[in-house]
Order: sequence, then C-alpha cells, then structure tokens
Amino acid sequence: MPTPEAAVFQGLSWNPLHDLHELFSYPFMVNALEAGTIVAVMAGVTGWFMVLRRQTFAGHTLSIIAFPGAAAAGLAGLPVALGYFSFCGLGALALAGVAGSQRSHSGESAAIGSLQALALALGFLFVSLYHGILIGLDSLLFGTFLGITRGQVAALLGVAAAAVTLIAVVARPLLFASLDADVARAGGVPVRLLGFGFLLVLGLSVAETSQITGALLVFALLVTPAATAHQLTSRPGLGIALSVAIALVVTWLGLALAFFSIYPVGFYVTSLAFALYVLVRLARAL
Amino acid sequence: MSRTEPAVTFEAAAVRLGGRTIWRDVSLRVAGGEFVAILGPNGAGKSTLIKAILGLLPLSAGTATVLGRPPGEAKGRIGYLPQRRTFDAGTRIRGVDLVRLGLDGSRLGVPLPGLPGRARTAARVAEVLELVDAAGYAREPLGELSGGEQQRLLIAQALVRRPQLLLLDEPLDSLDLPNQAAVAALVRRICREEKVAVLLVAHDINPILSYLDRVVYLAGGAAVEGRPEDVISGETLSRLYGAPIEVLRASDGRLVVVGQPEAPFVHGDRHAHA
Amino acid sequence: MLAHEFMRNALVAGTFVGLACGLVGYFVVLRAQVFAGDALSHVAFTGALAAAVLGVDILAGLFVATVLGGLLIGVLGDRARADDVVIGSLFAWTLGLGVLFLSLFTTRSSAGNGTAGVRVLFGSIFGLSGSDVRTSVALAVLASGLLLAIARPLLFASLDTAVASAQGVPVRALELGFLALVGLVAAEASQAVGALLLLGLLAAPAGAAHRLTASPYVGLVLSALLAVGSVWLGLSLSYLVPTLPPSSMIIASAVGCFTLALAATAPRGRAAGARRRS
Repeated sequence: MPTPEAAVFQGLSWNPLHDLHELFSYPFMVNALEAGTIVAVMAGVTGWFMVLRRQTFAGHTLSIIAFPGAAAAGLAGLPVALGYFSFCGLGALALAGVAGSQRSHSGESAAIGSLQALALALGFLFVSLYHGILIGLDSLLFGTFLGITRGQVAALLGVAAAAVTLIAVVARPLLFASLDADVARAGGVPVRLLGFGFLLVLGLSVAETSQITGALLVFALLVTPAATAHQLTSRPGLGIALSVAIALVVTWLGLALAFFSIYPVGFYVTSLAFALYVLVRLARAL
Repeated sequence: MSRTEPAVTFEAAAVRLGGRTIWRDVSLRVAGGEFVAILGPNGAGKSTLIKAILGLLPLSAGTATVLGRPPGEAKGRIGYLPQRRTFDAGTRIRGVDLVRLGLDGSRLGVPLPGLPGRARTAARVAEVLELVDAAGYAREPLGELSGGEQQRLLIAQALVRRPQLLLLDEPLDSLDLPNQAAVAALVRRICREEKVAVLLVAHDINPILSYLDRVVYLAGGAAVEGRPEDVISGETLSRLYGAPIEVLRASDGRLVVVGQPEAPFVHGDRHAHA
Repeated sequence: MLAHEFMRNALVAGTFVGLACGLVGYFVVLRAQVFAGDALSHVAFTGALAAAVLGVDILAGLFVATVLGGLLIGVLGDRARADDVVIGSLFAWTLGLGVLFLSLFTTRSSAGNGTAGVRVLFGSIFGLSGSDVRTSVALAVLASGLLLAIARPLLFASLDTAVASAQGVPVRALELGFLALVGLVAAEASQAVGALLLLGLLAAPAGAAHRLTASPYVGLVLSALLAVGSVWLGLSLSYLVPTLPPSSMIIASAVGCFTLALAATAPRGRAAGARRRS
C-alpha cells in the first residue's frame, strides 16, 4: 500500500517558481512548513545545549517515549499533542530520577534500554488496540507532513515560545553549569535545578519535534544540526544561531523534497542533516 | 626452579616508545625469592620495565630472560597486578570470582558442577584467600569493598597460580598509610613463605624499605641496582640524575629524596603504550 | 493452547531465541554495551527492508546487516558509547535509510504486503512456518554454543583486561567476536519480537540477573531463564487475549521482571552504599 504522501505527488515541473507556488497552494503544506519552522527553531536551540551537555542518549530515549504517548492519546480519543507532551514530560522526570539513582554505568544503561523497549512495546500495543489494522503507525514512528491542523500549529507555537524564552532567560547560568558544574555550584548557580529544568524543556522539545519527524527520527533534527554547529564554532551565540539555521534549512528542504517525491520526509530530513554533518567533519579534517 | 636460578635478568636492555628511548643500558638481576623494589620519579619508565618483563613491550636493544625464557613465554608462572585498578562502585562481581578467573580465566567454556577439576580449583582459591587474609569479604561485590580490601583480593588473584615471580605495579599508591604498611607486610610474608620473587614498583620507598632485599632505581633514562642503603644515597642518586641530590633521614627513620628533577613531560608519552 | 501449530512453533522458536538473548545479553550488560543493541536494532530494520526491496531472503539480509553492524561497532572501539554524537547520528541515519526502503517496498509490492514493515519492526512470532522454526532453533543453538564456549575468557577480558591480556587471552579478537555474536542474536530476535524491541530482550532479563546475583555463572544461567520465562509468559498472555500483540507482551514481561528485581534489591543497594563510604 503506498504511503499517504504519495497520493499528493503531482510531479516536478522543473520551474522552481511554479513548483513553490504549487507547494504553497496546499493549506496542509503551509501548516506543515509553519510547524516545521517552529519545531526547527526550538530543536536548534535545545539541541545545541543537549549536545554540549552530552545528553544525546537521554534525548533519544525521550523521543522513543513520545510514541506510546501519542498512541495512548489516540486510543483514548484525546488530542495527540496532549499525549506527546504529557508522556515526554513524565519521561523527563523519570530520566532525571534514573540518572541520580543508579550507581553503576552498566545498570543505568540496562535500565534506560529496558525503558526504551517498554515504551515501544506499549506504543505498539496501544496502536494495535486502537486500530486493529495498523494505519498511522508509520506516521507516529517516522513522521508525516499531512494532517497538521491549525490548532496543532498554534499549540506548537505556544510551547516553543515558552521554552525558547525560558532558555534565553537562563542561558548564561545554564551554560556555566553545563561547562563546569563544580565551579558553577560554588558560585551559587542552582546546578541540579537547572539540570532538571533542562531535561523538562528537552522533553517538550522532543514532543514537538516528534510531531514532524516521528518518534524514531528526532535525532536528525535535535542532535545532528546542533552537532554540526558545534563542529563549526565554539562560540555560544553563533553556535546556537547556526544550529537553528541548519535545522531550518534541513526541515524546509526535507519537507519540499518529500512533497515532490514519493519518498518519506523522515528519510530526507535524516539524510540531509547527516550529509551536512559528515561534510563539515570532513572539511575540518582536511 | 632452584633458588639459585635468577628470576629476571636484563643485560644492557633498552626500550623505545613513540620514538623516544625510555631507558637504555639497563642491567639487573633478580634472584629467586628476592623482594626487589623498582623506584624512580614519575615518567621514568617503571611500568615500562614491568611490561618489558611481561613481554608486552619489545626491547629495542639488549637481552632479557624471565624465569629462564625470553620475556612473554613464561606467562603462566608470573603473577601480575597492573597499575591503578579500582573497580567502579557498581561492579557486582565478587572477589572470589575474580581470583578464580586468575586461575582458569583463559580456558574456554564454562565451569560446570561435577567436573573433576572444580574441587581442586575451589580449594586453591580458598587457600590463597586465606593467605592474604581476605576470606572474610571475598563473597561481597567488589564495588562495595574499600581500597585496601580490593588490593588484597587483587594480590590473591596474582598469586593463585603459584607464580614464581610476582610483578606489582604501584599497588600501594591509592591506599592510606595503615593499609600501605599492611599490604607491604603481606607481600613480604608471601615472598618468604611461598618463595616468590617479587618486583614491586613504588614511587615512595618508605612503606617497604625495611622489607626490601634490593632496589632498582630508574631515572634519567638509566638504572642503578643494589642494596637499599647503597642505592638510596645522595652520591649514587646524584650520579644517576646528573644533578645534585640529597637523601635525608627524618626523625622517624623515613628517607626523603630531595632535589630530583621531574622527568621531562613529552605529550606523546601518555599515548604510547602497548 | 498447545493444540495449535502456530503456538507450538512460536513457543519452540521463542524458547531458543530467549535462551540466546539471555546468554548474550548478560555480557552486553556486563560490558555496558547496551547502546550497541539499540544501534543494531536500527541496522536490523534497514537490513531486513533492504533485503525485501532487493528481493533477497529477509533473514539473510537481517543476518548480514546485523553481523556487519556488530563488527563495525567493535572496530569503532571506544567511540561506541551511548553519548557519542557521531555514532548516534550514523545509526539514526541508518534508520532513516530504512524508512526509505520501507516506502520503496510498500509502493512496489501488492496491497497484501503492506504489513511487511510492521512485521520487521515488531516481529511475527505467531506467523512462523516449520522451516522458520528450524532455522531459528539452529541459529540460536549455534549462538548459545559459541557464547558458552567463550564465556570464561570473555568474562576475564571484560572485567580485568590488563591481567587477561598479560595471561595471553586474545582480548581484541574476543571483543570483535562477541559483537558479531550480538549481531547474530539481534537478527534472530528481530524475527521474534521485531527490530525495535530486541533491545528489551537483550537488556531486561540480563539487567535483572545482574541485580539479583553477583556470581557470574549463576547470573548467566539466571539471565537465560528469565529471558525464556518472559517469552513463555508473553506468548501465553497474547494467546489468552488475542488483541495483545505477542512482542509487546514478551517485552512487558521481561521489563516487569527487571522492575521486580530492582525493587527487591533496592534496600540492599542503599546499605551497601553506606558501607563503602565508611
């Protein structure tokens, strides 16, 4: 059965203006681009700090937790966004708890791996219960640009604005705490509180990003553009700006390519982000 | 092996690592059952010497024999305690298992109950745990033991195969003073009772001074060997370092070496290991 | 329940797959290489779908992809840690590639094959044929046998690398061989519980075993028993309530075991922490 996106394919006319015009003539596509823009900005900012704090695995795990959240919401008849945000928020709390409690590295990774598998197992369970047939599984896992409503865009904007503002306010102490926790603590910075708060914001970021890229491919928007930015510069302001810029480019291009071809948006976004990262690393090595 | 046959001999040996000669023209002779310390400042190549004896690093000049064979061929008869080995707090493996691995860890398969060798293995492990006085906590997870307790278990592991030569690389450095004294006394007791030649690397001679038979002092790319009172003297060390060194005796009998230059720090050294 | 052939097939295959996962998983957790399981699940997904697109046997594609993936992780050595951005990005991209193959496969084939993606992601243990079962059992027995053969030196090399190497244990070869073995078991587990959930079968029973005992060989056996038990429990639950997918129930059982083990040993953990500090 072809993916739903394939039904939209009209064919490239090789005239960029005409193609762009066509792209913008579909309301769902406009929604998708707006949502994508909001998500990319938030992902770029949060991701930059996440890479700095070496918490990429936590981010990956949180994104997996998004999946049962959305599926549970679908099963309960509630708006999907609610499911995403609540599960990711709870997941962030759980991760903050796990990080403190386990004494051994191997015990911790066994626990996080099990948590991931459980989240996926539960998500699959909810989807099976809801649909009987498994429509929608693909889009939950791998993302879709169809069916994004104005309401969803508004919710994304609200959450993103709050999160980015919050990070902007605590940016300096957060940076200090991320680079040199002991000295920061001695200087009066509430390191634990900031760490916990950041995980929460990360959870929200992941919930947002999952709505575009799907639960499995969040890494591509949240981590890879930020990692590329870190390769290019170590100055925070410039780094965050680059991270956002790269995320935006990758999202827009990915959405456009997915619109004009039959291949899924998840593939384009991950490939573009990864290709750019590899290019930058190779360029630096030479 | 008879008491008269030397455990380790080096003749004009040298080792190069990462393009740099760590030491050259080193000659030494460790007899069976002797307790020998390897001393010297940081970076002098003490661990390198241990690795050369084990055959983990090749000699770039000179010859060496270990227990009558070239280095690296007598693996089963040497007990080895590498440097700075502490187990992270979450390590759940038990001391008794660690010691047992020293005995049979390189054999394939799994130990099955009922096989003939098992009782012998268990008996030997119990015996060596008694020897180091660690039987009381050998069944606790390693991560929960103190530094001194872990060290005793590690020594037990090094001893379990009844080695003729025991190589201990800085076994005392992470221990507090009472534990240093206790472990030093234990090593000396094992050396005498089990007739094992012991080479112990240290950067502070004092905890082991009264137990030593001989000393090998590495500095400035060369080595001096002899009795402690001969080697740890201002005259010998000044000649070795090529700089004025004084050896002072504190009121409690401890020796303090003053004036030694640190070995030059070359960044590549830290990564040049086998 | 046992009157149905699909159930018998599932139980037989599941038992042996559980055995292999429990044994190999014990060492995966010991060596703190759980992240490798995560990475291999992405590789399994992509490999299976690439095989489907190319018209090659899916299990063969799985097998080649995961064993090569395991070796790649081994070669990358120290870099293969959970928080390493490069490795994480590489394997995330692998998943994206898999999505491409998925859509290629579904657009190319007839309507009835739309569930291939789901089968790869979440397993198809109730859909195994007799020959599938025989292949699964054979591979699992091979993997378990190999693991048991190298168990002792692998344990030594994992705990005590310097001394093991000084005694002549081929540490590097064991590392690589082990990861190839993990790849093999991952391919098997993908058939049973799917690429996405195999991580759970590797991590959870082993995690529980590590908490429950500090004796390595007892832990190894316990890990295998818990894995097999989870498979049986999961399959039974799914049989009794058909709307519950078997792979989800197997993983839920395994993680349930782990949670119970954590809860049961938590007080001991606190006491031990206090002792170490004294």
